[in-house]
Amino acid sequence: MADDSIQPGWQRYCPVPIPNDGDRILLAHGEGGRLMRKLIRDRIVAVLGGDRLHAMNDAATLPRVDGELAMTTDSFVVSPLFFPGGDIGSLAVYGTVNDLAVSGAQPLYLTLSLILEEGLPLAVLDRVLQSVAQAARETKVDIVAGDTKVVPRGAADGLFVTTTGVGQLVPPVPPGPDALCEGDEILVTGPIGCHGIAVLCAREELHFEPPPQSDSAPLTQVVAELRTHLGTGLRALRDATRGGVSAVLHEWAEASRLTMAIHEETLPITSAVRGACELLGLDPVHVANEGTMVLAVAPGIADHALSVLHSLPGHRQACRIGSVRARRIAPVTIRRLLGSEQALDEPLGAPLPRIC
Amino acid sequence: MKYLDEYRDSTAARTLLDEIRRVATRPWTLMEVCGGQTHGLLRHGIVSELEGTVELIHGPGCPVCVTPLEAIDLAQQLSRRGDVTLTSFGDMLRVPGSRQSLLEVQAAGGRVRSVYSPLDAVELARRNPLEQIVFFAGGFETTAPATALAVQQAARDGLENFSLLVAHVRVQPAMEALAAASDNRVQGFLAAGHVCTVMGCESYGAFVDRFRLPVVVTGFEPLDLLEGILACVRQLEAGQARVENQYARSVRAAGNRTAQDLLREVYEICDCRWRGFGVIPSGGLRLRDRWQAFDARRRFRDVPALPVVEADQCRSADVLAGRIKPPECPAFGAGCSPESPLGAPMVSSEGACAAYHRYRILQNG
Repeated sequence: MADDSIQPGWQRYCPVPIPNDGDRILLAHGEGGRLMRKLIRDRIVAVLGGDRLHAMNDAATLPRVDGELAMTTDSFVVSPLFFPGGDIGSLAVYGTVNDLAVSGAQPLYLTLSLILEEGLPLAVLDRVLQSVAQAARETKVDIVAGDTKVVPRGAADGLFVTTTGVGQLVPPVPPGPDALCEGDEILVTGPIGCHGIAVLCAREELHFEPPPQSDSAPLTQVVAELRTHLGTGLRALRDATRGGVSAVLHEWAEASRLTMAIHEETLPITSAVRGACELLGLDPVHVANEGTMVLAVAPGIADHALSVLHSLPGHRQACRIGSVRARRIAPVTIRRLLGSEQALDEPLGAPLPRIC
Repeated sequence: MKYLDEYRDSTAARTLLDEIRRVATRPWTLMEVCGGQTHGLLRHGIVSELEGTVELIHGPGCPVCVTPLEAIDLAQQLSRRGDVTLTSFGDMLRVPGSRQSLLEVQAAGGRVRSVYSPLDAVELARRNPLEQIVFFAGGFETTAPATALAVQQAARDGLENFSLLVAHVRVQPAMEALAAASDNRVQGFLAAGHVCTVMGCESYGAFVDRFRLPVVVTGFEPLDLLEGILACVRQLEAGQARVENQYARSVRAAGNRTAQDLLREVYEICDCRWRGFGVIPSGGLRLRDRWQAFDARRRFRDVPALPVVEADQCRSADVLAGRIKPPECPAFGAGCSPESPLGAPMVSSEGACAAYHRYRILQNG
């Protein structure tokens, strides 16, 4: 948290230059002069690499791509910047890469915009950039352009990141929620609610033993495997980020005008997430994930889909959670312990702000 | 997870349901006191499973719901001053006051922060010495020890910028008021497991003797709730009225002495206005004279009180007193929903209206 006793922007009225002590972001780092050039060249481009970035032109020129493109953008304001299982740097890469992957695209290029708060320790920036670079290497995307702004202390919280991604569509693209049919089966690729709970516990210093871990991870490989093995039997897939599994199911119900019916007892929930949710009055189906996906597959191939998932590292807890049914009273239903079937509401408001 | 999965076994739950139906020779009316129990009963479909056998009247055990409007309005006034940051648990921030909720006041520039512990508010005061930090302290005997601890901590650290807006309430006086009412229909109580963990269950002896109504201290998981109901029904069928402890894995007869000492040290019992009930004798807590310096009402006595306005169509008072079930309120689902609540029971995670809205049943399996 920024120190509230200092008014945002107070340094605008202070003409005395502050010497660069070498270890914090200053307003001057964003003002276009030598400090800014040095910051970008020595700390950002040097770490992120890539020929196009090194050229430091106003725009990156990209080679011709044969076929259709997919493009997406996402901003990351997670607090704290580092949390068990991840950090804002890798999250910013995975988040955008995953959006491309689940849309049926091979991720190719990213842009990276940084909004830095005056006073941010340079060591923190370095750690975040290292993480961005590592995640980009892992997911085989090039960071081809970027931007850096500095805002006065209090006008941001440490560091915000925006990434924009471009990918090449690889046909046949999964048909998506419009194509859902009665009888399709709904699966999740792993335990749910891990990311939101991990970030919340880290931010609010809620001590659970062991501390809940985020599931933040790239999905390019698992999506590729699923598409290869399931072909057009893979109807729809989505990473269940904000709003959790419930938000995805509500979107699918709206797009398909069918009912998504799930069973409470089948939901994979780690004991850490279950315990924290019980204590905080949260429902894991509404809590964000950053690696776990929801997928719908054609009737009869759920077992095949699960065997594909179970053969991949990190997806051993993938399981079936329900099925697609004709639309009844509610768009999403959940079958409880004693068999009663209830409407599952959409998550309301923001019980967990700033988790991505 | 220990203590969760083993109390959510559907086969065991079915067996208990059958046993309750077998034991009950006539319909009985019970009250689960705590809002957490209400949510458990509705979420797991127990209320509908027992239809015709046991009617459950939902009790007032939702602290956010019974916090009087004037306290919520005062909290909003404080957060608008500019020199005060009002802190509380998230639930309290969403409750509609006479005009707005604290979250709406925050969006309009008021200084409001949600915290997970009153000690976080003390820490905020330590880090921001130029600012007044007020913790809006609602809740039953379960949360009051933590706010007592916060006051002691602030005193030890010499923090002059920390204070409490106390709205603590006590469960047993409310049960007494309900049992003594001329129109009372409750034949047995499922007492609130968490409150009893702190306060113990010895004090219910006098309650049972006075009203001749069984009291079963009950937990929150499906099997806890079913066991509590079964124990209550067994007593009623046998014509008994005793105190029983279903939640023995958490509740000792004497309760948690350390927490009780802390409570007595910082608070004293007072008559208290409950939203929906009016004044309940001995129904609340206030800071003892020794700790008056930490009383936000005293520190900010210059803040003008605004007239209190209850929403016309909202019948949360009747819901809280168990006179009606949430769906019987004309505003339920029509004009009043979690997105745009008229009354506190629709927003609180322990509110009965929120439970009915969230766990509405489409069909039984």
